Amino acid sequence: MTEHVDTTNAAEDKPKGHKRLERNVTLLAVATLVTVAIGGIVEIAPLFWIDNTIEKVDGMRPYTPLEQAGRDIYIREGCYSCHSQMIRPFRDEVERYGHYSLAAESMYDHPFQWGSKRTGPDLARVGGRYSDAWHVQHLKDPQSVVPQSIMPSYRFLAETDLKVPDPAETMRTLRTVGVPYSDTQVKQAESDLALQAEAFGNAKDLQSRYPKAQVRDFDGDPGRLTEMDALVAYLQMLGTLVDVNSAAAQEELAEEKGR
Amino acid sequence: MQAEAALGRIGLWFALMFLAIVAIVAAKDSGFAAHATIVAAVAFLLVLVSAARFDPLSSGRSFFRMPDGPDKYDDDPVRWGVLATTFWGMAGFLAGLFIALQMAFPQLNIEPWFNFGRLRPLHTSAVIFAFGGNALIATSFYIVQRTCRTQLAFPSLARFVFWGYQMFILLAATGYLLGITQSKEYAEPEWYVDLWLTIVWVAYFIVFMGTIVKRKEPHIYVANWFFLAFIVTVAMLHIVNNLAVPVSLLGAKSYGVWSGVQDALTQWWYGHNAVGFFLTAGFLAMMYYFVPKQAERPVYSYRLSIIHFWSLIFLYIWAGPHHLHYTALPDWAQTLGMVFSIILWMPSWGGMINGLMTLNGAWDKIRTDPIIRMMVMALAFYGMSTFEGPMLSIKAVNSLSHYTDWTIGHVHSGALGWNGMITFAALYFLVPRLWKRERMYSLRMINWHFWLATLGIVFYAASMWVAGVTQGLMWREYGPDGYLIWSFADTMDAMFPMYVARAFGGLLYLSGAIIMTYNIAMTLAGRLRDEAPMTETPHDAQADRPLPAAVPAAVPAE
Repeated sequence: MTEHVDTTNAAEDKPKGHKRLERNVTLLAVATLVTVAIGGIVEIAPLFWIDNTIEKVDGMRPYTPLEQAGRDIYIREGCYSCHSQMIRPFRDEVERYGHYSLAAESMYDHPFQWGSKRTGPDLARVGGRYSDAWHVQHLKDPQSVVPQSIMPSYRFLAETDLKVPDPAETMRTLRTVGVPYSDTQVKQAESDLALQAEAFGNAKDLQSRYPKAQVRDFDGDPGRLTEMDALVAYLQMLGTLVDVNSAAAQEELAEEKGR
Repeated sequence: MQAEAALGRIGLWFALMFLAIVAIVAAKDSGFAAHATIVAAVAFLLVLVSAARFDPLSSGRSFFRMPDGPDKYDDDPVRWGVLATTFWGMAGFLAGLFIALQMAFPQLNIEPWFNFGRLRPLHTSAVIFAFGGNALIATSFYIVQRTCRTQLAFPSLARFVFWGYQMFILLAATGYLLGITQSKEYAEPEWYVDLWLTIVWVAYFIVFMGTIVKRKEPHIYVANWFFLAFIVTVAMLHIVNNLAVPVSLLGAKSYGVWSGVQDALTQWWYGHNAVGFFLTAGFLAMMYYFVPKQAERPVYSYRLSIIHFWSLIFLYIWAGPHHLHYTALPDWAQTLGMVFSIILWMPSWGGMINGLMTLNGAWDKIRTDPIIRMMVMALAFYGMSTFEGPMLSIKAVNSLSHYTDWTIGHVHSGALGWNGMITFAALYFLVPRLWKRERMYSLRMINWHFWLATLGIVFYAASMWVAGVTQGLMWREYGPDGYLIWSFADTMDAMFPMYVARAFGGLLYLSGAIIMTYNIAMTLAGRLRDEAPMTETPHDAQADRPLPAAVPAAVPAE
């Protein structure tokens, strides 16, 4: 196919330049690996040590056991296929969804849920925008509250008991990958999971471990702890942790230091 | 001796089955238990196979009419790969049509297993990894043997690669329906499926490298460079992006080691280069073998193939951040991604030009040979989507297009046009040769397939362009009073006709694939369709002569 090489001559002459690569598969494989490794190393590695990649903001905390369980359901159902959690710094997006997303707001997200498609609206700051009852009704029958919606129904969530095999182990695993859960938080994972969805649970107690945690029965069915409880608890906390005004102040500070 | 070896194998599979049953009992979640059941069932099947009382593979071989007797090349895995490509293609296109219809008619969602969110990764994985992956494994095994003039190194390992890969697909696909996912797009399977794929991939690398090492040609042909780059780079991407810690060794759930910003860039470094190396480098390797073969012309430029190979694999890796424009990813990384994406246009078109110009001196075949026509259309779509990609990666354009259906349209013009078309052409090239038939059952059906697929892509891409631009503009449209005009629900309403048109395009594309499947089945059956030939311009030797000189009135014969 390529330029015809007389094999008898080529065997005598030592191949030079690119011809060496074409005759030595080890060399070719190594050269390829080196070539493809460069871009990733230059782009990704610095994100781990350049300070201003994640500007510190007040209010960020790891998820409560119930929120984390809701997040796992959000992932299981593939919500990210249609909903982003990343507000871009444009006038229309900020007016539609709220202050643009900050890097710090997803610092405890394993994995990130920024999404790539908005078949439905962005959810980065959906917490507190609608009532629990609205969310439950919307998840059970989306078209009953938004007639134009093409979202599937998730009625089964309200009928499925929430089963987390081992909440403490979940948090220990998250701690292994870098989420700063304290020993108390890990130890109380199981009871905190139940506490947060109690109709008259001790909010102060949970908030001492997880500031701003919301404690109530989320799915309108106080007798049961369902997957709906967990998912609504997760949705209701999205974007509520960080005081974005204080974040803006932090950004100013960052500029002053000239980082 | 043989009996002992068989007994050993039985013991091995039995032990695996036993372990899987233990895993079913001890599983922490139902999804993991379901997957352990699948593993146990497969192990049980292999116990039966090893006991030699039951040989599904040989009945399979006779069912698919695979030629008996020794081959010059080790083509058995290639034949299975061709069948798997056809099967998974149909499955993936059907899943795509179904989820396209779900977006127009949400009543088609059947909770919980057949909701859009669970079916969407099923569709993407089925077409990329099952259809595309099998096409790559089959063609790489075919091409590496021919261009190295030798048989596959490690034949049993090569069979393991093929069947092990099917096991990966089975676990991944059932996992999505059961809700087992890491949520990283195009890398959804959980930790144990990832580990399994890693094992299969290492075996693939060993077979491919081994075959090149024992080659009888001094020179490694350019198609093999691309296959090698594809295998090596996908291994690197797969391992780094899927690093995770399982919650329990008996549960499906794991948490990735990366978080937030770093996770986002690692994911799109992976995601973009799944496109760059799985769907581009590997398929360019197919192009570099099948286009010259079918056109019976040498590759246009050797020098261009060197330049565009190295520049393509170097530049592609940098382009990932263009999936994260205007997000919380640092600006410098976004800009770097944009710049490299634009530069990437050049090597991409280098590949397209090298493919198209290979037809120099054989352009007439576009008219007469429907397989060549498919290859040319594939290269045209490759060129088009590798222009569209850099354009969409410009931040200003991306601010409109990101999050909209424009991206979906862009992906499909590449996937349906480039990957689909070049794969169909390769299948049409391979099937008669692998099954030792004179030609495909019907060339006219290839022509039908070509037009149905092309028309399908036109409907698909055009409707998604309109949908994407409409969405993007409606989301940001302000009225004279300074307020946003459209609620989000309004913009969804506007999408309906476009979603229907897109599903129609998908239906056309699927119809073409159905015709291909029928054509392949008939070819396997050894049939030839009686039809007017397409490959030659009709030529009547009798009429091909100067008009005879005027002759005196006919003399009656004696």
